[in-house]
Amino acid sequence: MRRIASTVAATVSIVVLLFSYHTSTNQDPVAVVGDQPLAPQPATPGAPSTSGAPSSGTNGTFTGAAADTRYGPVQVQIIVSGGRITSARTLQVPQQSSKDRRINSAAVPILNNETVQAQSARIDTVSGATYTSEGYAQSLQSAIDGVHQ
Amino acid sequence: MTGFEVTAERRSWVRQIMGMPISVHLRGAGVRSDPVVPQVVAEVFEQLRAVDRLFSTYRSDSQVSRIRRGELTPDHWHPWVHEVVGLCEQARRRTDGYFDAWLPTGFDPSGLVKGWAVERAAALLAELNGCDSCLNAGGDIVTSVCSPNSPAWRVGIEDPRDRTRILAVQEIRTGAVATSGSAARGAHIIDPHTGDRPDELLAVTVTGPTLLWADIYATAGFAHGGDVVSWLRARAPDYRALGVGP
Repeated sequence: MRRIASTVAATVSIVVLLFSYHTSTNQDPVAVVGDQPLAPQPATPGAPSTSGAPSSGTNGTFTGAAADTRYGPVQVQIIVSGGRITSARTLQVPQQSSKDRRINSAAVPILNNETVQAQSARIDTVSGATYTSEGYAQSLQSAIDGVHQ
Repeated sequence: MTGFEVTAERRSWVRQIMGMPISVHLRGAGVRSDPVVPQVVAEVFEQLRAVDRLFSTYRSDSQVSRIRRGELTPDHWHPWVHEVVGLCEQARRRTDGYFDAWLPTGFDPSGLVKGWAVERAAALLAELNGCDSCLNAGGDIVTSVCSPNSPAWRVGIEDPRDRTRILAVQEIRTGAVATSGSAARGAHIIDPHTGDRPDELLAVTVTGPTLLWADIYATAGFAHGGDVVSWLRARAPDYRALGVGP
């Protein structure tokens, strides 16, 4: 059973949308993180179920769907080993203007570190000074939200 | 089939409401299959949008904006506005005036409305059978577990000096965590006694039974500065503070 469970296809997608959001009046979601659920969860007897990442035993490289943002397409790939995110990198980074470069050079490295750190700290959620909606796209919380969407 | 122990499923939703990201996380066997789950989550987000329509200072047609312009007398206030105004008065008293919604620029209950609204919305999630829930509104959190066997929610407390790092991990089952500070939105908190922008601390995190009061105490504690741990212990023994200095 375990062997079968470990072959259950899991898709983890973290798609980061980098765009500005200034008012409190918009109500639509602006950051859609993750395009498919991690389902069904592979069965791992006794494994903790609360880690901010795929269940133990999941291995592989998972690539998020490209997300069109007003700065261009952005796509993130993560590598999962033994249920832990071991690295994350951006596959497509828009480089159309100096503004794009500035935004991405700030946002993407932060995301990469955060994804890995969130996993190693086994956290479910993050408390911090209130995010702006722009800040959310770069935040640890958005990476965690994406894994479980 | 025996020996096939399925780990609790988990599912998340994110919406942007009140100018901040709001994430719902649910854990439990039915979170992906129970048709009631998405309905309740939608209700949570809808309730928060209704609060925003009434209280946002960014919306010129909100009741709070109309009160600020002197256009709305108390007999026309929505019952929620009456409730919030009463809580603002209570908060000012309980924090020695460090939390004050009556600013020189006019009545602004935003600092209280968020915790109040998120806690009310989270109560809907807590009623879902067989589900643990966690509602995170821009860094302020309400959690609930449905069974003594449920694991605690592990809340990472962000390092305000480096927001990519976690300073501490707080395990919480049913309760709230709120953080106030200058890391995300700059120096937006004012000491009501002096009009200055406090800079003794970078962030204050408060943990306790309700988000309404955890958030009020975090904001008031940030404005107070100094030894917020003792300051809060003397006022609210059920709540615990963590102050982070520069």
